[in-house]
Amino acid sequence: MLKRVLLGLVMAGAFSTAAFAQEPKSGGVVNAVIQPEPPSLMVGLVQNGPTQMVAGNIYEGLLRYSPKLEPLPGLAESWSVSEDGKTYTFKLRKGVTWHDNKPFTSADVAFSIEFLKQTHPRARGNLAMLDKVETPDDSTVVFTLKQPFGPFLGIFEVGSLPMIPKHIYEGTDFKTNPANNTPVGTGPFMFKEWQKGSFIRLVKNPNYYIKGLPHLDEIYWHVIPDAAARAVAFETGKVDVLPGGSVENFDVPRLSKLKNVCVTGAGWEFFSPHSWLWLNNRAGPTANKKFRQALMYAIDRNFAKDVIWNGLAKVATGPSASTIKYYTDKVTAYDYDPAKAKALLKEAGYNGEKLRMLPLPYGETWQRWAEAVKQNLQDVGVNVEMIATDVPGWNQKVADWDYDIAFTYLYQYGDPALGVGRNYISSQISKGSPFNNVEGYSNPEIDQLFADGATAYPDSKREEIYVKAQKILTDDVPVAWQLELQFPTITRCNVKNLITTAIGVNDGFRDAWLDK
Amino acid sequence: MLAFIAQRLAKAVVVLLAIVVLNFFLIRMAPGDPAMVMAGEAGASDKIFVDQLREKFGLDQPLPVQLYRYVKGIVTLDLGFSFRQQMLVGKLIAERLPATLLLTGTAFVISLAFGVLFGTLAARFAGTWADTAITVLALIFYATPLFWVALMAILLFSVQMDWLPSFGYETVGANYTGFAHMLDVGAHLILPATTIGLFFMATYARMTRASMLEVQRHDFVKTARAKGLRNSVIQRRHVLRNALLPVVTLAGLQAGTLVGGAVLTETVFAWPGIGRLMYEALLQRDYNLLLGVFVVCSAMVLAFNLITDLIYRSVDPRIEFAA
Repeated sequence: MLKRVLLGLVMAGAFSTAAFAQEPKSGGVVNAVIQPEPPSLMVGLVQNGPTQMVAGNIYEGLLRYSPKLEPLPGLAESWSVSEDGKTYTFKLRKGVTWHDNKPFTSADVAFSIEFLKQTHPRARGNLAMLDKVETPDDSTVVFTLKQPFGPFLGIFEVGSLPMIPKHIYEGTDFKTNPANNTPVGTGPFMFKEWQKGSFIRLVKNPNYYIKGLPHLDEIYWHVIPDAAARAVAFETGKVDVLPGGSVENFDVPRLSKLKNVCVTGAGWEFFSPHSWLWLNNRAGPTANKKFRQALMYAIDRNFAKDVIWNGLAKVATGPSASTIKYYTDKVTAYDYDPAKAKALLKEAGYNGEKLRMLPLPYGETWQRWAEAVKQNLQDVGVNVEMIATDVPGWNQKVADWDYDIAFTYLYQYGDPALGVGRNYISSQISKGSPFNNVEGYSNPEIDQLFADGATAYPDSKREEIYVKAQKILTDDVPVAWQLELQFPTITRCNVKNLITTAIGVNDGFRDAWLDK
Repeated sequence: MLAFIAQRLAKAVVVLLAIVVLNFFLIRMAPGDPAMVMAGEAGASDKIFVDQLREKFGLDQPLPVQLYRYVKGIVTLDLGFSFRQQMLVGKLIAERLPATLLLTGTAFVISLAFGVLFGTLAARFAGTWADTAITVLALIFYATPLFWVALMAILLFSVQMDWLPSFGYETVGANYTGFAHMLDVGAHLILPATTIGLFFMATYARMTRASMLEVQRHDFVKTARAKGLRNSVIQRRHVLRNALLPVVTLAGLQAGTLVGGAVLTETVFAWPGIGRLMYEALLQRDYNLLLGVFVVCSAMVLAFNLITDLIYRSVDPRIEFAA
């Protein structure tokens, strides 16, 4: 028996009505910036940010997500969940074709799952609970799980689970398939041209299955390696869209004051970039809970928010960002309080040992932030030495646990089971990755809570578990949470309807139009 | 002369191989490897993912095996596969080389022509206001960092005046052909080429001036004057020609860096050339690509050293080829 049927189309209709308040116009070319240049556009094989940003308009997933992270129809038009939470049935849209005009069917979905299990580390994790995939007919896919997995409906966006054409990849060596250079998806835009080092050109898919979409004729993604030069390209009218993170934060207020320029922090709800300082829990002063708590009180996070990030952030209260499921702010609060920090340092018996701090080598904003934190820590008597690295060096040092304090930010992927637990549970302590439990925090109670939270059913049970986990973690301070970051998207105001989903620009050009 | 060239070429091959081996180990001394970088960019990784990458790139093999494979490839003119760009290194370099050669070649011509011209003028009018103006300007351009000049040029000529484009090689999407395309590329070329050119122009101007003033004091110049030759002839035929040797040396050095010498400028102006490729390869620990660019750059330096030696001979016939 089906417990509920989500009428996705109804939701999508309601969502679109608001978004399409103004009558869209057809045609036009939009110039956007992409940085760094993606290594490939085959998003099944390469999952870095720029690949997802461009390829999200070529490929599609079964679902899309509203800014509140509610599932919306993608290639699936409706879906239902069984009473026991273990069987998910998806009805696919009919009449969908790949860019080479071959039909998209349930066989492509089943193939994509097998493909991604081999090539996509995040999909591999997300699909760990999957028992089998059945395709009773061309437009029905049934996923059966080994046990209920709360976030299952949240794993189908295009970057997490893109649909891959079976007729092109079956029986081939995926990594060397020539089609990787000319990606074929079902999306609103088709790959046309890539001049390495200069630009990527996508053109409208004339056979897109939603009548009237996309509105734009072409998108050019320009590769401009220098942040200041990207700001100038926008300022001089050569590009119309600067996706989040394209320019240094201190340039945002200046650009936003220009004529016909709109800025929005929306479109990152699914990723919810959450920043913190890794604190090495294994040895040295940072192994002491009181010392870690002292750091939380010592750092003026409001200063970082207002001055370093120009207000484009929110002070983090704990391990979960406020945008994701089951977030609570009913946890221990750590307001800026240097006196309290000093008292805790004394209790912790800190005697001035030098701590190595790794700033995140992602540009000037991050460097300034590290300097501000260093100053805060020195003010309460913590001796900090900054270690300069480039990105590969930072990855290596963090993955090898060779640091005392290290800046980072990570995506949360909408659900604590997908993007939060990995940083705190013991099974994720493993050298060689900068994205797991790098700090070495180990607490059997937390391990159990995250294990239960992933498989608990229904939602109310999950909420109870995750609220408890947030309270424990916030007391223990395994890492020093800093800010929920916003990566503002800057556009000309006549680029309409670009940010409509929780992944923003990554699948936004489907509905975007130019008010000429 | 042929024996001289043959011997120099043989030496060059040995030097090139030594450079390859040295660079191979030097790059690997930097922390991080391409697999870790790509895992980092993906924002998620597990052991299977990183191991797959290392195996794919041959990084799971012992270093001597990796070196052997690389050198074996070089000998057969195979520069390997770029991990990050997912393309053959040879193809990538070949694609980017024309843009870099156009940029640095233009900068080379601008700097050499105007540098020697201004240096000659400064020497000819030594001690006057013209000399002072040229010397001061040359000093400023010599001392100012390239990236700053580039950014200021963009601010002035692109943002404020809107005369010239600020990035790229051509107007994307304009689909110009023929002469219109040439003009378009030319417009994109002016700022980056001038930025690189100014530094070397300043160097050439200062060197030409100093060298000409030095040569003017020699006895053969006095003799020429005593013979009643016109000053312009003395300057051109006797002074300038003899003063050019150090300029040729410097030009040889600059020519050697034509391929890899525009890293900053190419980055600021988003010029799709080799310098940018090298910079990105370094940040991404794209070993094969970085080594490939190094090989091409080293080969260029060696080739231009040889050419410089040959030009010495024609500028100053007293120099002999010592095999």
